Amino acid sequence: MQISIDFWTLNVILPNVDSGTAKLAPAATGAPAKIRRRRTSPSNLPLLAMSTPGILLVFVFSYLPMAGIILAFKNFSAASGVFGSPWVGLANFAFLFTSGAAWRIIRNTVFLNFLFMVAAQVCSICVALLLNEIYERFVAKLYQSILFFPHFISFVLVGYFVYAFLNADSGFVNNILVALGMQKVAWYSHAQYWTAILVLVSLWKGLGYFTVIYLAGMVAISPEYYEAARMDGGSKRHEVWYVTLPFIRPLIIINVLLTVGRIFFANFDLFYNTVRDTGLILQTTDVIDTYVVRSLRVLGDFNMAAAAGVFQAVCGFLLVVASNWLVRRMDPEHALF
Amino acid sequence: MKLGYRNQKRGRAAIIIIVLLPVCVACLVPLWIIIAASFTDNARLSADGYRLLPSKLSLEAYRYLLVKPNLILTAYKVSLFTTVVGTVLALFAMSTLAYPMSRRSFRFRNVLSFFVFFTMLFNGGLVPTYILITRYLHLKNNIFVLILPLLVNPFYVLLLRTYFRGLPDDLFDAAKLDGAGEFRVFAQIAVPLSTPALATVGLLCMLDLWNNMYLALLYIDEKTLYPLQYLLYTLIDSMNMIQEGATYTGTATPYLSVRMAMAVLAIAPVLLSFLFIQRYFVRGITLGGLKGD
Repeated sequence: MQISIDFWTLNVILPNVDSGTAKLAPAATGAPAKIRRRRTSPSNLPLLAMSTPGILLVFVFSYLPMAGIILAFKNFSAASGVFGSPWVGLANFAFLFTSGAAWRIIRNTVFLNFLFMVAAQVCSICVALLLNEIYERFVAKLYQSILFFPHFISFVLVGYFVYAFLNADSGFVNNILVALGMQKVAWYSHAQYWTAILVLVSLWKGLGYFTVIYLAGMVAISPEYYEAARMDGGSKRHEVWYVTLPFIRPLIIINVLLTVGRIFFANFDLFYNTVRDTGLILQTTDVIDTYVVRSLRVLGDFNMAAAAGVFQAVCGFLLVVASNWLVRRMDPEHALF
Repeated sequence: MKLGYRNQKRGRAAIIIIVLLPVCVACLVPLWIIIAASFTDNARLSADGYRLLPSKLSLEAYRYLLVKPNLILTAYKVSLFTTVVGTVLALFAMSTLAYPMSRRSFRFRNVLSFFVFFTMLFNGGLVPTYILITRYLHLKNNIFVLILPLLVNPFYVLLLRTYFRGLPDDLFDAAKLDGAGEFRVFAQIAVPLSTPALATVGLLCMLDLWNNMYLALLYIDEKTLYPLQYLLYTLIDSMNMIQEGATYTGTATPYLSVRMAMAVLAIAPVLLSFLFIQRYFVRGITLGGLKGD
């Protein structure tokens, strides 16, 4: 027997279960086809009018900037504007990739995002599995809330936390090291520590979020499956391996692919606030997004920043399309588009 | 037999509770250290550094902020304004966008969906956006620059659309038979029936708006327009701004602890609301599938 759950059905049903009414909402996909209505109906115009504010906002803030992609192929000068600036072909890209910065920021972005993903997924699945075993509802809820709490904290404050922990003179970690009779460490001037630090920070912030997702998936599994597993003499390990994990597999796939699709996009706030543009540690912490903002704000270098931005947007787009194609092949129901 | 199984389950749960305890503590320790620091005497804080318990308890930092509250008060007002106005506008813009998408009788629903969701896949990048906002829209140092770019989040639109779709079509048809126009059906039937989804999206928007520092970093230079998060960001390096505004004459600014006190005041609303609205967030995550990061 094949065990699978429809991800969207799960998501539509869950809130209803949560609020006590266990009505079955039709799933977004896979619902029986409705009788086809007239293609044009008198409601088209009012509905279009209704959506105008949203359409305008999306157009201005998402589509107009897309036209600005041409900037990557121009030598922008403020005086002549976007369309008046001279074309330079691929010179900006050539400059970017020969400057040495490109490889550093691309490597950091992809490598760190990959580590973030592995850490977050593995840990949150483990924690969710554990929480799922706690039958004291109060404790389980309390733990889930505590783990979820960091999700609500802004990265500016995360930056404060990191600073309070790691600053060289009075940081909490150094205080502990001194108390243990060890040397203080100048965290903000040694690049080699920061891969681990950033992974920890990202995990701290994201663990609860994914735990909530996986736990919701696990709670939705019918107890009958576990009973059946026990009838067949399965141990707890078997239950986890042959019931729980197969059930949340679609969730895992979706989470991983969504993250992979955005692997070229660093979480700007995380990097900017924890690293704070500290020159000594940029070797391991500089990512595309921080590089672009620094080029723009500090150096005023629009050309390289634009080239880096386009490179990122194109790579990101290709990856999303590719990962979606993969999902579609494995599991068409869960494809995003 | 049955009892044995129960006990075994209990035992396992107890072990898990103990195993997960350090993880939970680790989630809260950073917050605790900031709170402890904000209540520590400034001189001791700079001498002893950050500790779990204040080496010398002091309310100096909070007193300072109350005596000379201009700076943080202005930032609080800006953040409050952007959060409240932004949430209302965002809910309006996104629900009016999601509702037509969900209507099966709407001819352009697929075009519209593609138009909105394509932006999740591809974007122009920061540089064109920056030039557009500063040079063409002239929104630099305008408070609405902190709101407008955040109004339509395709993930939330998706969430709302999914919810609207779950509402029975017959309801809309019946209302239409009774002579209600689309706007009326939307406002008097779809919206009231969708309060759980709207509440969830509203809360997600509130959090995004309150916690945002990126937009201020890029587009706000004027200190009177700094939102709270950005003010805090600028303070971690220097206490220049606090000292600028200081008329706390005679004594030196207790800048280390004041900074931490401001951080606590910035978390306070989030912390308080967290206790009440957390379950809506849980619902939001599981309702709409997954958000990007």
